[in-house]
Amino acid sequence: MIKAPENTWHHKRLRAEKRFRFYGASALSLAVLILVLLVGSLVWRGLNGFMQSQIQLPITFDQTALGAGEGADIHSLTPSHYMCLVKISLHQMFPEVADPTQLHDLYALVSTGGGISLKKTLQRNPAMLGQSKAVWVPVSSDADLYIKGVVTEKTPEIERSLSNQQIAWLKQLQEKKLVRRVFDRTFFERGDSRTPEEAGFLGAMMGSLLTLLICLAVVFPLGVMTAVYLEEFARPGKWVDIIEVNINNLAAVPSIVFGLLGLAVYINVLGMPRSSALVGGMTLAMMILPVIIITTRVSLKSIPRSIRDAALALGATPLQVVWHHTLPLSMPGIMTGTILGMARAIGETAPLLLIGMVAFVVDLPTGVTSSATVMPVQIYLWASSPEAGFSEKTAAGILVLLVLLLAMNALAIALRKRFEVRW
Amino acid sequence: MAKISAKNINVYYGPKQALFDVDIDIPENDVTALIGPSGCGKSTFLRCLNRMNDTVAGCKVLGIIMVDGMDINASDQDVVQLRSWIGMVFQKPNPFPKSIYENVAYGPRIHQLVKTKSEMDDLVEHSLKKAGLFEEVKDRLNDPGTSLSGGQQQRLCIARTIAVNPEIILMDEPCSALDPIATARIEELIVELKDNFTIVIVTHSMQQAARVSSKTCFFHMGKVIEVGPTSKIFTNPQHQQTQDYITGRYG
Repeated sequence: MIKAPENTWHHKRLRAEKRFRFYGASALSLAVLILVLLVGSLVWRGLNGFMQSQIQLPITFDQTALGAGEGADIHSLTPSHYMCLVKISLHQMFPEVADPTQLHDLYALVSTGGGISLKKTLQRNPAMLGQSKAVWVPVSSDADLYIKGVVTEKTPEIERSLSNQQIAWLKQLQEKKLVRRVFDRTFFERGDSRTPEEAGFLGAMMGSLLTLLICLAVVFPLGVMTAVYLEEFARPGKWVDIIEVNINNLAAVPSIVFGLLGLAVYINVLGMPRSSALVGGMTLAMMILPVIIITTRVSLKSIPRSIRDAALALGATPLQVVWHHTLPLSMPGIMTGTILGMARAIGETAPLLLIGMVAFVVDLPTGVTSSATVMPVQIYLWASSPEAGFSEKTAAGILVLLVLLLAMNALAIALRKRFEVRW
Repeated sequence: MAKISAKNINVYYGPKQALFDVDIDIPENDVTALIGPSGCGKSTFLRCLNRMNDTVAGCKVLGIIMVDGMDINASDQDVVQLRSWIGMVFQKPNPFPKSIYENVAYGPRIHQLVKTKSEMDDLVEHSLKKAGLFEEVKDRLNDPGTSLSGGQQQRLCIARTIAVNPEIILMDEPCSALDPIATARIEELIVELKDNFTIVIVTHSMQQAARVSSKTCFFHMGKVIEVGPTSKIFTNPQHQQTQDYITGRYG
């Protein structure tokens, strides 16, 4: 065995190494801890947002109560007509309530969206008219928060939007086992709403999808062509250097500046429809363009010179060299860069605020020119809403966004692994 | 008459001059070796012959290179056609990261030398046979070319060059990355190929030049010091520098 030299200098450098490893491990654990806390709190709060409380009410689809005469078309009735049925049923359950203010509080327990589910039930089965049936009706956001345990009786009455009386009613319903919690499908079926329990994320998801499609369609050909020209065809020189410096600078420009540019060029000069996925996608495309150009150039650079030489020496034209060899070989890198660029675009908020995508949009977007919002902007809108019910919607929205981002990054890694070429 | 005749070749890389007034005649269907110490300009000269220096930024070639009596640097000379006529094998084996078959088929395909799949199959087989590789790879033509050993890869590159049916093959130190056995195999191949092709080979190894070539040019510091039949250069050099180099005093 070789003995370690007995001098302090040797021990010192061994200790320095140990110290360094310790610092590194501590930094890593701290980072992991922060990440776990972040994701944990989001999951904890977000999962509630995917759930919706309902109460069971015996509903009589009474024609007169519905306000529909003999032979009237049930399709012409609005959901608010059906709310009458809900109110009647609630009143029958708690016949002791007579005071109009109290009655109002009682009715406030169910969601105004309850009429919609009743309407659907009747439309699916028109024979129900005149019959009675126990129907699950969604509760209002405030009642929902109590059932989920976010708001409890211990909270002082003044600080919560449910009165003691309302809590007492809910408790009675719970004792009768007339309360359940189900997966909130409307979250993935509808657009935004002013009331938390009716607000859905689908509008924002579709808006994001359309925006990203536009962004990809604009930025991919533009970015790849630019990079190929700069890397393979342009004669290196002063002009290429100037362009390169400018592209690198563009990549560092704050995203909100691109929003201003989009507002000025697309909306004011070209007159494109504001708040639309078209303008949003093209604005994000400007923002992502430098990223795509840079990553494409890097992956083109990584193709060995010998491959170009081999093809050129066989008599391939420069275009054939690009088309047959360098571009296919650098595709994994280009795709990875593009997906990471898209992942940046999907989470971008600031430039979209400026082009009007921050509008309150209830309807699902029907095309790239209709008003839309995107996921991060929807999250921002919900986060700044005063109703307590929106905070769990915010967390749920963030979870959806994070899952999509993770999926995109996983796809980027999978593509790189799948198409990686070894020399 | 010489196949290739280079007159007064001066090459500049930016401000640096790499070749000075090089005059060489290269005979047809024979092997000509270019020898000399590192950085003496022999590879630069070789790359002038199929205008690969065009792809190097800042490189300027002056002088006249006549191949079969035609000026290859003429402004109306089609570089793409020229390179299908003058093939090149590089220092490091550089097969495309595609199948063995595709490596050989690529050149004929871009020049549309064959029309049908079966003609292509024949051409690939013929080229691989000429490069002495067919027997080793005939059962795995769809394996990637990069999966072969170094020597096999270099023979694949030779097959790829032959497939385009050039008249001249330029070889830039084709054995420098190979072991002695693979080197011997390539040298045999070069001797076999010289009946059909004019071969110009740059080599670091004087033994290799002596074994395969019948004419040798000795380069030093961008100048041609001595040109002559290989036997004469190696046994009775006229210049002191040539003498010093081949006896191993420098280089």
